[in-house]
Amino acid sequence: MGESLYEIVNKPIQVESLVSKVERREAGAITTFIGTVREWTKGKRTIYLEYQAYVPMAVKMLAKIGDEIGERWPDTKVAITHRIGRLDISDIAVVIAVSSPHRKAAYEANEYAIERIKQIVPIWKKEHWEHGETWIGDQLENTPYPEGEPNLKDVKI
Amino acid sequence: MIKVLLFAHLQEKIGKDQLELEIIQSTVAELKNKLKNQFQLYELNSVMTAINEEYAMDEDIVKSGDTVAFIPPVSGG
Repeated sequence: MGESLYEIVNKPIQVESLVSKVERREAGAITTFIGTVREWTKGKRTIYLEYQAYVPMAVKMLAKIGDEIGERWPDTKVAITHRIGRLDISDIAVVIAVSSPHRKAAYEANEYAIERIKQIVPIWKKEHWEHGETWIGDQLENTPYPEGEPNLKDVKI
Repeated sequence: MIKVLLFAHLQEKIGKDQLELEIIQSTVAELKNKLKNQFQLYELNSVMTAINEEYAMDEDIVKSGDTVAFIPPVSGG
Protein backbone atom coordinates (compact mmCIF):
# COMPACT_ATOMS: atom_id res chain seq x y z
CA MET A 1 0.00 0.00 0.00
CA GLY A 2 1.37 3.38 -0.98
CA GLU A 3 1.85 5.95 1.74
CA SER A 4 -0.87 8.51 2.07
CA LEU A 5 -0.13 12.25 2.20
CA TYR A 6 -3.29 13.08 4.15
CA GLU A 7 -4.22 11.08 7.21
CA ILE A 8 -6.37 11.08 10.32
CA VAL A 9 -4.85 8.74 12.91
CA ASN A 10 -5.60 7.70 16.47
CA LYS A 11 -2.02 6.99 17.49
CA PRO A 12 0.94 9.33 18.18
CA ILE A 13 2.24 11.10 15.06
CA GLN A 14 5.88 10.59 14.06
CA VAL A 15 7.14 13.93 12.70
CA GLU A 16 9.98 12.24 10.80
CA SER A 17 7.56 10.16 8.79
CA LEU A 18 5.87 13.30 7.42
CA VAL A 19 9.22 14.83 6.58
CA SER A 20 10.18 11.74 4.63
CA LYS A 21 6.88 11.83 2.72
CA VAL A 22 7.75 15.24 1.23
CA GLU A 23 11.51 14.76 0.76
CA ARG A 24 12.49 15.16 -2.90
CA ARG A 25 15.70 15.79 -4.79
CA GLU A 26 14.34 19.08 -6.12
CA ALA A 27 13.50 20.35 -2.65
CA GLY A 28 15.73 22.96 -1.04
CA ALA A 29 13.52 23.45 1.98
CA ILE A 30 11.14 21.48 4.17
CA THR A 31 9.02 23.30 6.74
CA THR A 32 7.18 21.45 9.48
CA PHE A 33 4.40 22.75 11.66
CA ILE A 34 3.73 20.80 14.84
CA GLY A 35 0.52 21.64 16.66
CA THR A 36 0.60 20.58 20.30
CA VAL A 37 -1.87 20.52 23.17
CA ARG A 38 -1.59 23.68 25.26
CA GLU A 39 -2.13 23.55 29.00
CA TRP A 40 -3.34 27.11 29.61
CA THR A 41 -5.87 29.02 27.49
CA LYS A 42 -6.84 32.45 28.77
CA GLY A 43 -6.33 31.47 32.38
CA LYS A 44 -8.14 28.15 32.09
CA ARG A 45 -6.21 24.97 32.66
CA THR A 46 -6.73 22.10 30.25
CA ILE A 47 -6.33 18.61 31.70
CA TYR A 48 -6.64 16.80 28.37
CA LEU A 49 -8.32 17.12 24.99
CA GLU A 50 -10.48 14.84 22.96
CA TYR A 51 -10.55 15.21 19.18
CA GLN A 52 -13.31 13.77 17.04
CA ALA A 53 -13.42 13.77 13.24
CA TYR A 54 -15.72 12.90 10.38
CA VAL A 55 -12.82 10.84 9.12
CA PRO A 56 -13.55 10.24 5.41
CA MET A 57 -14.57 13.85 4.83
CA ALA A 58 -11.66 15.16 6.92
CA VAL A 59 -9.22 13.22 4.73
CA LYS A 60 -10.93 14.64 1.62
CA MET A 61 -10.70 18.18 2.97
CA LEU A 62 -7.01 17.74 3.82
CA ALA A 63 -6.48 16.62 0.22
CA LYS A 64 -8.44 19.67 -0.97
CA ILE A 65 -6.09 21.90 1.03
CA GLY A 66 -3.21 20.11 -0.68
CA ASP A 67 -4.80 20.85 -4.07
CA GLU A 68 -5.27 24.52 -3.18
CA ILE A 69 -1.63 24.73 -2.17
CA GLY A 70 -0.63 23.08 -5.44
CA GLU A 71 -2.38 25.86 -7.32
CA ARG A 72 -0.94 28.71 -5.27
CA TRP A 73 2.58 27.34 -4.80
CA PRO A 74 3.04 25.00 -7.76
CA ASP A 75 6.37 23.38 -6.84
CA THR A 76 5.44 22.29 -3.33
CA LYS A 77 4.67 18.87 -1.89
CA VAL A 78 2.46 18.66 1.19
CA ALA A 79 1.75 16.01 3.84
CA ILE A 80 -0.70 16.49 6.70
CA THR A 81 -1.59 14.15 9.57
CA HIS A 82 -4.08 14.99 12.31
CA ARG A 83 -4.51 12.85 15.38
CA ILE A 84 -7.88 12.16 17.04
CA GLY A 85 -8.92 10.59 20.32
CA ARG A 86 -7.61 11.56 23.74
CA LEU A 87 -4.53 13.78 23.81
CA ASP A 88 -2.63 14.95 26.86
CA ILE A 89 -0.78 18.22 27.37
CA SER A 90 2.14 18.61 24.90
CA ASP A 91 0.95 15.72 22.73
CA ILE A 92 1.14 16.40 19.00
CA ALA A 93 -2.29 16.98 17.46
CA VAL A 94 -1.28 17.88 13.92
CA VAL A 95 1.82 17.86 11.76
CA ILE A 96 2.13 19.63 8.41
CA ALA A 97 5.22 19.16 6.24
CA VAL A 98 5.82 21.13 3.05
CA SER A 99 8.79 20.83 0.74
CA SER A 100 9.69 23.27 -2.02
CA PRO A 101 12.74 24.27 -4.07
CA HIS A 102 13.02 27.55 -2.12
CA ARG A 103 12.08 28.27 1.50
CA LYS A 104 9.56 31.07 1.04
CA ALA A 105 6.93 28.87 -0.59
CA ALA A 106 7.43 26.16 2.03
CA TYR A 107 6.82 28.64 4.87
CA GLU A 108 3.85 30.31 3.20
CA ALA A 109 2.14 27.11 2.11
CA ASN A 110 2.59 25.61 5.57
CA GLU A 111 0.87 28.53 7.28
CA TYR A 112 -1.90 28.46 4.68
CA ALA A 113 -2.49 24.78 5.46
CA ILE A 114 -3.05 25.25 9.20
CA GLU A 115 -5.34 28.25 8.62
CA ARG A 116 -7.45 26.20 6.19
CA ILE A 117 -7.55 23.23 8.58
CA LYS A 118 -9.16 25.53 11.13
CA GLN A 119 -11.78 26.57 8.56
CA ILE A 120 -12.86 23.53 6.58
CA VAL A 121 -11.67 20.22 8.03
CA PRO A 122 -14.40 18.47 10.06
CA ILE A 123 -12.46 17.88 13.27
CA TRP A 124 -13.71 18.93 16.70
CA LYS A 125 -11.86 19.48 19.93
CA LYS A 126 -13.39 18.89 23.33
CA GLU A 127 -11.58 20.65 26.12
CA HIS A 128 -11.58 18.90 29.45
CA TRP A 129 -10.83 21.74 31.84
CA GLU A 130 -10.09 21.55 35.54
CA HIS A 131 -13.76 22.38 36.16
CA GLY A 132 -15.89 20.98 33.36
CA GLU A 133 -15.75 20.27 29.66
CA THR A 134 -16.73 22.02 26.41
CA TRP A 135 -16.78 21.28 22.74
CA ILE A 136 -14.84 24.12 21.19
CA GLY A 137 -16.67 25.75 18.33
CA ASP A 138 -14.00 27.87 16.76
CA GLN A 139 -10.47 29.02 17.26
CA LEU A 140 -11.52 31.97 19.37
CA GLU A 141 -12.66 29.41 21.95
CA ASN A 142 -16.25 30.61 21.54
CA THR A 143 -19.12 28.35 20.57
CA PRO A 144 -20.60 30.02 17.49
CA TYR A 145 -18.89 30.87 14.28
CA PRO A 146 -17.19 34.27 14.38
CA GLU A 147 -19.93 35.90 12.27
CA GLY A 148 -22.71 34.01 14.03
CA GLU A 149 -23.25 31.69 11.12
CA PRO A 150 -21.25 29.30 9.01
CA ASN A 151 -19.09 30.94 6.45
CA LEU A 152 -19.66 29.12 3.20
CA LYS A 153 -17.26 31.27 1.28
CA ASP A 154 -14.48 29.69 3.35
CA VAL A 155 -15.37 26.20 2.19
CA LYS A 156 -16.16 26.96 -1.43
CA ILE A 157 -12.82 28.54 -2.39
CA MET B 1 -33.80 6.54 3.57
CA ILE B 2 -31.38 9.29 4.47
CA LYS B 3 -28.54 8.69 6.89
CA VAL B 4 -27.74 11.64 9.16
CA LEU B 5 -24.39 11.85 10.97
CA LEU B 6 -24.00 13.87 14.15
CA PHE B 7 -20.81 15.08 15.79
CA ALA B 8 -19.53 16.89 18.86
CA HIS B 9 -22.27 18.56 20.95
CA LEU B 10 -25.02 17.48 18.52
CA GLN B 11 -24.12 13.85 19.09
CA GLU B 12 -24.10 14.30 22.86
CA LYS B 13 -27.43 16.10 22.88
CA ILE B 14 -29.21 13.38 20.89
CA GLY B 15 -27.26 10.53 22.47
CA LYS B 16 -26.58 8.97 19.06
CA ASP B 17 -23.99 9.49 16.37
CA GLN B 18 -26.36 8.73 13.52
CA LEU B 19 -30.03 8.73 12.59
CA GLU B 20 -31.88 7.09 9.74
CA LEU B 21 -34.81 9.02 8.32
CA GLU B 22 -37.48 7.67 6.01
CA ILE B 23 -37.37 10.58 3.61
CA ILE B 24 -37.37 10.34 -0.18
CA GLN B 25 -36.29 13.88 -0.93
CA SER B 26 -35.89 17.12 0.97
CA THR B 27 -33.89 20.32 0.98
CA VAL B 28 -31.18 20.72 3.60
CA ALA B 29 -33.25 23.51 5.18
CA GLU B 30 -36.33 21.29 5.45
CA LEU B 31 -34.30 18.50 6.97
CA LYS B 32 -32.80 20.87 9.54
CA ASN B 33 -36.25 22.16 10.46
CA LYS B 34 -37.59 18.66 10.89
CA LEU B 35 -34.78 17.71 13.25
CA LYS B 36 -34.95 21.03 15.07
CA ASN B 37 -38.60 20.38 15.86
CA GLN B 38 -38.24 16.68 16.58
CA PHE B 39 -35.24 16.94 18.91
CA GLN B 40 -35.23 20.62 19.94
CA LEU B 41 -31.93 20.70 18.14
CA TYR B 42 -31.71 24.48 17.76
CA GLU B 43 -27.94 24.19 17.41
CA LEU B 44 -28.68 23.30 13.78
CA ASN B 45 -29.06 27.03 13.13
CA SER B 46 -25.30 27.41 13.37
CA VAL B 47 -23.90 24.33 11.68
CA MET B 48 -22.80 23.63 8.15
CA THR B 49 -24.07 20.62 6.26
CA ALA B 50 -22.31 18.08 4.11
CA ILE B 51 -24.03 15.80 1.63
CA ASN B 52 -21.97 12.71 0.80
CA GLU B 53 -18.83 14.33 2.28
CA GLU B 54 -19.11 17.61 0.35
CA TYR B 55 -20.22 20.91 1.88
CA ALA B 56 -23.75 21.84 0.84
CA MET B 57 -26.07 24.85 1.00
CA ASP B 58 -29.45 25.06 2.75
CA GLU B 59 -31.27 24.96 -0.59
CA ASP B 60 -29.45 21.85 -1.84
CA ILE B 61 -31.47 18.67 -2.29
CA VAL B 62 -30.98 15.52 -0.23
CA LYS B 63 -32.26 12.26 -1.67
CA SER B 64 -32.83 8.78 -0.34
CA GLY B 65 -29.48 6.99 -0.19
CA ASP B 66 -27.54 10.17 0.66
CA THR B 67 -25.51 10.62 3.81
CA VAL B 68 -25.98 14.00 5.43
CA ALA B 69 -23.55 15.21 8.08
CA PHE B 70 -24.10 18.25 10.24
CA ILE B 71 -20.80 19.97 10.78
CA PRO B 72 -20.61 22.15 13.89
CA PRO B 73 -17.95 24.90 13.80
CA VAL B 74 -14.71 23.00 13.39
CA SER B 75 -11.85 23.24 15.86
CA GLY B 76 -9.02 21.07 14.57
CA GLY B 77 -5.38 22.03 14.54
